[in-house]
Amino acid sequence: MNRIVSKYQLSDEVFRIEVEAPMIAKARKPGQFVIVMLEEEFSERIPLTIADADPDRGTITLIFQTVGASTHRLAARKPGDSVGGILGPLGNPTHIVNFGTVVCVGGGIGVAPLHPIAQALKKAGNRVIAIVGARTKELIVMEAEIRAIADETIVVTDDGTYGRKALVTEPLKELCGASPKPDLAVAIGPPIMMKFCAEATRPFGVHTVVSLNTIMVDGTGMCGGCRVSVGGETKFVCVDGPEFDGHLVDFDAMMFRLKSYKNQEDEAHHRCHLDLEIDKAKDTGRLQRAD
Amino acid sequence: MKTKESLNSEAVEVLKNLDGKALTPRDRLGLPCQEMPEQVPADRAHNFSEVALGYGEAQARVEALRCLQCKTAPCVSGCPVRVPIPEFIKLIVDGDYAAAARSIKTVNMLPAICGRVCPQETQCQAPCTLGKSLHSIDKAVSIGRLERFAADFERENGLSTTPTVKPETGKKVAIIGSGPASITCAADVRREGHEVTMFEAFHKPGGVMVYGIPEFRLPKAIVKREIDALAQMGVLIDTNVLVGRTVTLAGLFGELGFNAAFIGSGAGLPKFAGIPGENLVGVFSANEYLTRANLMKAWDHDHAETPIYPSKIVMVIGGGNVAMDSARMALRLGAQEVHIVYRRTGAEMPARAEEVEHAKAEGIIFDFLQAPTRVLGTGTVNGLEVQRCELGEPDGSGRRSPVPVPGSERPLPCDTVIVALGNESNPLLKQATPELAVDKRGRIIVDENGMTSMPAVYAGGDIVLGSATVILAMGEGRRAANAINALLAGAS
Repeated sequence: MNRIVSKYQLSDEVFRIEVEAPMIAKARKPGQFVIVMLEEEFSERIPLTIADADPDRGTITLIFQTVGASTHRLAARKPGDSVGGILGPLGNPTHIVNFGTVVCVGGGIGVAPLHPIAQALKKAGNRVIAIVGARTKELIVMEAEIRAIADETIVVTDDGTYGRKALVTEPLKELCGASPKPDLAVAIGPPIMMKFCAEATRPFGVHTVVSLNTIMVDGTGMCGGCRVSVGGETKFVCVDGPEFDGHLVDFDAMMFRLKSYKNQEDEAHHRCHLDLEIDKAKDTGRLQRAD
Repeated sequence: MKTKESLNSEAVEVLKNLDGKALTPRDRLGLPCQEMPEQVPADRAHNFSEVALGYGEAQARVEALRCLQCKTAPCVSGCPVRVPIPEFIKLIVDGDYAAAARSIKTVNMLPAICGRVCPQETQCQAPCTLGKSLHSIDKAVSIGRLERFAADFERENGLSTTPTVKPETGKKVAIIGSGPASITCAADVRREGHEVTMFEAFHKPGGVMVYGIPEFRLPKAIVKREIDALAQMGVLIDTNVLVGRTVTLAGLFGELGFNAAFIGSGAGLPKFAGIPGENLVGVFSANEYLTRANLMKAWDHDHAETPIYPSKIVMVIGGGNVAMDSARMALRLGAQEVHIVYRRTGAEMPARAEEVEHAKAEGIIFDFLQAPTRVLGTGTVNGLEVQRCELGEPDGSGRRSPVPVPGSERPLPCDTVIVALGNESNPLLKQATPELAVDKRGRIIVDENGMTSMPAVYAGGDIVLGSATVILAMGEGRRAANAINALLAGAS
């Protein structure tokens, strides 16, 4: 059991929780993730990225978007509540050295896992240029934290409600086209964004690291559900990744695999919404028991 | 098909006719082999309850009376951990079932589990004199069923005793993993009074016995009993800890102050066939499919949040126990048609005979001499292309190897492919611990005492053996425990 210490709602769909996990807080390195189970018995195991950690307090910070039943239920938990279990840190840590200039691209809640990576890159002596993007202003997260680290920060929204009206790929292309070009790009966000970031940097020969979040059960190499094709070879995201050379990842196949359980997930999501509505109604006293 | 009750009534009649008279070997040869009562195939193919129901008391006694009590006991030499088989069978004949269970437990911690999942026909029952005399291995004494009977009797009547633990030594031992090798090692080390902590990466302990082997073959309540017994002995069980990531092996010895460690983390990295199309939606490793169904309880659609793929026609690639488990699970989860696709013939299949019989009775279709060449579909699976094979010369495993017939490719329509071709070694602990020596296949190298290349670090089970059985893993756990106990005794 891991107790939730604090919870903030960052937007309609995005939540930040700080949860007790002393061993993980101590062991985690940038680039790693955890698997969370809400209850021991029947819950899903959901992979979530680590946005931050405080080894002294023994806590880790998770930022997540409510996309399915489990993330909705997690979002409904309050400080003082617990989750059934957290396994981690999982995956290989990011390779951090002084590359020179690194462009860090974060889309949506992809900014959360990007944060510790940017932090470590900066600490290693890199010049860090951050591109923070989202569909709309509401969904921009951790902008202040990124600005505090990066030498330069570019904010974009698809709809122009905040920052520059552009996709993250536009400033990325411009930076790659400038001289000197960046030595490395790190792109984390929705699969489609990472795919187009890799396409954007490819012509410039800028090595591009992406961090994949695929379907997984155990997160330790046992199930193979997370497999992706990288350079024509099958790799497991949990033990070989989660970071790969974006120019070699077969994003189309990966996106297809992410939809493996779409029908069941939609059904569960629907059921969950009904449950949460009932809970809300109970909380506000609108729903009275017949007896 | 006869019910458990009718089989037992028949056995009661047999016992009545014997009327306690002394039996000659010829009399024993003439006693009827006791059939295992089972759920009716048509029913069990749609439920998750255990298939084999276990002997009643009279059946157990008749089966035990069949044993010739050979002085040479070839059965014992067929058992990897040398269970005193004639002794425990004699105790069943005498009606002291709890003593029979205790006798087995002197060398086998988990008789209720081994009685259910051991491949007896290639181990203890293979050299049985009775089977040889009757010219059929199927007519050997059913040692496994008797083992199960004794263990179930002991458990169901609350006669299990917690092993005594010697006074605390103050020494700490870490057990990595919680499957059969780890359970055995933990118990044996704890008995000597050492503090034992068992680390499990999953949220529930039991290893392959909870995530892999289905409920219908090994009820989870039985596994839980064994874990609870460890806890009663004072073994600490720490779930959601992945040694190598949550804490390193060095960290166990350093800041956490352990004096010795046993690695029983299992094999756990599924092999795929390496054919085109294996990353299509609808292709699963048996590990994933079974973990979703067993550990994550996806079969319980009303409660479980973990989804499982809705399948109509399933092709399972492989011929081992895990392939049988996957096929039978798919059937129970609602598939209309389930095939086992195997490159060789039934004679070469490594699965336990009983599992194959059960699968056939439930309606699993066996496609022998078919080698999968390609998974068909765009995005999602719509078929499996197979090539016909003929049997050629025996290969390294002694089994005749399949030779594909060029031009014989044909598509088998399906929506799901489950790959059950065994496991490779999990690289995780090795990645985090470069000084841990492994062989070319990633298996941890150990000496004759189970010690690895690192001081005070021992290993056993599938991480050393590759894919093996519960009983072999237990033997490894015990060997390492003896070495750890000797090490810690010397160090005091």
